[in-house]
Amino acid sequence: MSNRLPTGGRVDRSAPLRFTFDGVEYTGLRGDTLASALLANGVLTVGPSLYRERPRGIVTAGVDDPHALVQLERPHSEPMQLATTVELCDGLAAISLQGRGRLDEAPDEARYDKSYLHSDVLVVGGGPAGLAAALTAGRSGARVVLVDDQPELGGALLGGGREAIDGRPALTWVAEVRAELDAQPETRVLTRATAIGYHDQNYVLVAERRPDLPGGGGRLWHFRARQVVLATGAHERPLVFAGNDRPGVMSAAAVRSYLNRHAVLPGRRAVVFTTGDSAYATALELAAAGAAVPALVDTRPEPPAALVEAAGAAGIEVLTGSVVVGTEGEARLTGVRISALADDGSELTGPVRELACDLLAVCGGWSPAVHLWSMSRGTVRYDEQLAAFVPDSAAQAVRAVGSGRGRHDLAGCLSEGLTAGAEAATAAGFPVTAPVVPSCSGDEQPAPPRPVWLVPGEEGDPSTWRDHFVDAQRDATVADVHRAIRAGMRSVEHIKRYTTIGTAHDQGKSCGVAAIGVIAQLLGARSPGDVGTTTYRGPYVPVSFALLAGRERGPLFDPVRTTPVHPWHVRRGAVFENVGQWQRPHYYPRPGEDMDTAVWRECRAAREGVAMMDASTLGKIDVVGPDAGVFLDRLYTNGFAKLPVGSARYGVMCRADGMVFDDGVTVRLAPEHYYLTTTTGNAAAVLDWMEEWLQTEWPELRVRCTSVTEQWTTVAVVGPRSREVLAALAPGLDVSNEAFPFMTVRHTELANGVPARICRISFSGELAYEINVASWYGLAVWEAVLAYGAHAGITPYGTETMHVLRAEKGYPIVGQDTDGTVTPQDLGMAWIVARHKDFVGKRSFDRPDTSRADRKHLVGLLPVDRSELLPEGAQLVAPGADLAAVPVDPLGHVTSSYRSAALGRTFALALVRGGRDRIGDTVLAPLADGRTITATITEPVLFDPKGTRRDG
Amino acid sequence: MTADSLAADNRAVDRLAHLRRSPLGGLADRLAAGSAPGPRGVRLREIPYLAQLNLRLDPIGPAARRVAEALGTPLPDRTASVTVTGALRVLWLGPDEWLVVGPDGTAPGVEQTLRQVLGDEPGSLVDLSANRTTLELSGPSARAVLEHGCSLDLHPRAFGPGHCAQTTVSKVQVILDQTDAEPTYRLLVRASFARYLADWLLDAMSESTP
Amino acid sequence: MLLIACPWCGERDETEYHYGGQAHVAHPADPAALTDAEWGEYLFVRANPKGDFAERWLHSAGCRRWFNVVRHTVTHDITAVYPAGQARPDAHTEVTA
Repeated sequence: MSNRLPTGGRVDRSAPLRFTFDGVEYTGLRGDTLASALLANGVLTVGPSLYRERPRGIVTAGVDDPHALVQLERPHSEPMQLATTVELCDGLAAISLQGRGRLDEAPDEARYDKSYLHSDVLVVGGGPAGLAAALTAGRSGARVVLVDDQPELGGALLGGGREAIDGRPALTWVAEVRAELDAQPETRVLTRATAIGYHDQNYVLVAERRPDLPGGGGRLWHFRARQVVLATGAHERPLVFAGNDRPGVMSAAAVRSYLNRHAVLPGRRAVVFTTGDSAYATALELAAAGAAVPALVDTRPEPPAALVEAAGAAGIEVLTGSVVVGTEGEARLTGVRISALADDGSELTGPVRELACDLLAVCGGWSPAVHLWSMSRGTVRYDEQLAAFVPDSAAQAVRAVGSGRGRHDLAGCLSEGLTAGAEAATAAGFPVTAPVVPSCSGDEQPAPPRPVWLVPGEEGDPSTWRDHFVDAQRDATVADVHRAIRAGMRSVEHIKRYTTIGTAHDQGKSCGVAAIGVIAQLLGARSPGDVGTTTYRGPYVPVSFALLAGRERGPLFDPVRTTPVHPWHVRRGAVFENVGQWQRPHYYPRPGEDMDTAVWRECRAAREGVAMMDASTLGKIDVVGPDAGVFLDRLYTNGFAKLPVGSARYGVMCRADGMVFDDGVTVRLAPEHYYLTTTTGNAAAVLDWMEEWLQTEWPELRVRCTSVTEQWTTVAVVGPRSREVLAALAPGLDVSNEAFPFMTVRHTELANGVPARICRISFSGELAYEINVASWYGLAVWEAVLAYGAHAGITPYGTETMHVLRAEKGYPIVGQDTDGTVTPQDLGMAWIVARHKDFVGKRSFDRPDTSRADRKHLVGLLPVDRSELLPEGAQLVAPGADLAAVPVDPLGHVTSSYRSAALGRTFALALVRGGRDRIGDTVLAPLADGRTITATITEPVLFDPKGTRRDG
Repeated sequence: MTADSLAADNRAVDRLAHLRRSPLGGLADRLAAGSAPGPRGVRLREIPYLAQLNLRLDPIGPAARRVAEALGTPLPDRTASVTVTGALRVLWLGPDEWLVVGPDGTAPGVEQTLRQVLGDEPGSLVDLSANRTTLELSGPSARAVLEHGCSLDLHPRAFGPGHCAQTTVSKVQVILDQTDAEPTYRLLVRASFARYLADWLLDAMSESTP
Repeated sequence: MLLIACPWCGERDETEYHYGGQAHVAHPADPAALTDAEWGEYLFVRANPKGDFAERWLHSAGCRRWFNVVRHTVTHDITAVYPAGQARPDAHTEVTA
């Protein structure tokens, strides 16, 4: 541990941790980041740059590092992690990356989860300002949450040492505040938690890391806060000069943080290069820690005398009005070149002086971390005095405090935090006053900086400055910005896209404002304020898809709906199909059967014997009230007000544009009580639709709609022998055709005592019944039907067979044979459209477009080769169509296609332009695989067109 | 509601009890195994077959007054969204909609009583007892478990005993009814979603009960 | 994720709602009396303002009631929430988040 100081730091020297980096073993300490542990071991260089393969080193101590990307291999695999934010643990293994990571192919065992939390006051940032805000707000009794991205609270104070509050070390104050916050019953503190997004109505997403979990992981917090305080701190800016990407060029604040927080001395001979006061502390503390500090280069001609004096006392020469103009060294910095700078910054004056060093600590100024503020739609303005973009007007209930709004002295940060915490709590309904600001020392109000956005090169002009890095991660230089401007770009957004500046892993956290400064300089603008910023977008730091997915993966990916009969379907070996969120049996293969064979067998049973299906997924709605009939008349194209009690009727609903929306059978159970069924996928949409009309257009109608979908289990019993099965199942019911005719409903008690509502309706053309029972009896009744049908060989069938049976009869399925552009007339259902009443969509049938003769009609298709199956979705063209034309003139497309046991051949349904006028014509289906299937257009009803089978 | 009418109802249920299956009947052992006692504990069980009658009527009409008298409690409104009368809980679902929840088997008796007092008033009364089942989540960590997938503010200052809400838990619509301050929540969930919701709750609970 | 205050259930996340498009577009009382152009206007033409917009929402995961919201289409600030059937409030009072 060549660079670890013998004492100090917030590291646990009793707990050495072994780790490897690029295969080499090292030792670090608990409390280290991977970066601090590497620096302690004398490792400064990380992966080379993405495009130019230049050596690069660790620059910062936080989320804004542009270089230190690593691939974590242990304790768990994670690509694209920053060494500066990875907490060291025993056994950690990492390798350096050249800009790109790779996903591990092994399953991710980490547990990612999410939680919703509401608070009165959410404070983002656990530095002095945020702590002060949380403290006051918490004292009000409000529900307060404080989130901070570090393992411990303190913010910048963790990297300091000389700061004092009330005459004691500042971190003592931090510990006392933490204790008080922990004691407040309604205050919650989350560490290792990074606010990544700020959305409408104070919706803030926070990504929490959970290294405590065995396999790692984290939690995405969804916060909704009445008031937000942003105490997000500031990022130290780099400076743009030749060779500024050399390993050994580091952020001055990061150097200080490594010294004080991790007891690591990143270099032995350091030069400090600054535009303001803050880097003086770095220089002084480096010297105090034993490093040689030959010079402090300050851009200001007249820095504060006290600072110059303090530096001088420590043996540090202060070079005023000067800049670093170049660096020496290959894999690591060996020296810097320094020159005086003209007052207007345009040229170097005076001779270049060379100084040997292995560390250059750079402070190009401070940029408040306005990312979240900006995401909240708050505006920012450029402050000439601070040389920074700072929060301006808020768009939501949010306050920015501390260095996050350009306040850089400790007393000021505390004052702003205490006040903002009190204001936020008061605004949230918990009045409280801010306490007196404690006395502070060691971190005073800084003197104004002298920003230098572009240090002139010693030679050439901006078009040749290819080693002046603006965004080092993108290898983008001043020459690139110059080229963008020469190409005519002026807007920072355009230049960003042209040069890719700010688009890398760090999203321009450190380089963004520096880049704006360069652009301003090259454009000859007065200041960066005249150029403006780019848009800040979430997430503030990269987050993994695994975190975003949380537990919504595998079986919990999306809700799965099942019927009461589901356990039986599973036992019977059904193959399931997803229909919306429902899992429905697709078919029930017997041993050795493939799908075609099973469906063929199930179809034959329904047409020749008896078969049964679980139809419980149909949407079911009770429509109740004196005006129920009138209401249904207005929604359906056909009439329901005059439907006799005890009878059923098929209906079609259209949208106002006349396009088919849903269909189903409705039963009138009582004069003021209808029982309406919808398609499986449309149940919720139909109920919403009915409520929409009732609530927004016809509130005078006395009708109430209630979903009863899961109240009833529905078993369809289908086939010529269904009557005899029902007769045995329902001994008290007269099942004769006369007593129980088609499209009627009966109530009875089944042989097992279960009350049932039985409808004689058919979706297959066969004699058929639908038995409805309270769903908790569903499984028992299903098994009873199976038992009473056993002697007749009753065969369970799935959705595929249901589709074949209905398609043979030309019955369309809404959503499969229709797509929102199809009218009832297009389906050949003009008979269902009432002439003498108005209903939703009727007017649209008189529109020129809906009365065109060449609309697409639903027709049947018979492939000329009786065994050839048309793919659903296949496009159809007329014989002789020019297939080379772009686009090919299409006639229509296949909507449904099956093998039919009843027809002994394949067939399809299709929407074909002017199809009803083309019956008997031939169409071609040219397929992607090169085949062309020839088929004949027919009427859509291919089986039992006279309907002779319905009564058994 | 008299005890007699509830007992009479139960006899009809008893006759068919052997044929009934609740949506989570097969999961009782898993629900128990996923539960844990203790200061961070949480328990999950199914309360099957609760009587549930969906009532819709004009909240300020004469029928509403008659219904309140028959139930022995005013119909709740949005602010105090649950009222309790004997064994029945009346949940506010919307400005003209309530759910009367009672013990297994009480639906026919309650329905008969309410239908009588409704008279000819326009409104609706629909038996939804089999439409949903009830999951009961209780224990010190119950709120934290729900917060994994429910965006409602469940803090005692915002939600507590006497409150119910229709909302979503992990994308599943539920009626959430807090029955005590431990806290104990009832999640009334449509039968088709019950298995998914139970699996989701067990998974969320596994964080509190490793 | 908008936070929308249902007039009946209070503040809920946007995911509990369904969007219903522009408010106050009444279904014509006598569609047959309209010209094709007028009917087409009703069917297909909606306002798309940059600014305050009265629109319909359905609390589909809650009380299933349709209601109206005045929302600013740029800032998403919601300045009014009112039941279906009521006129759009003229005075836009500030609502703090």
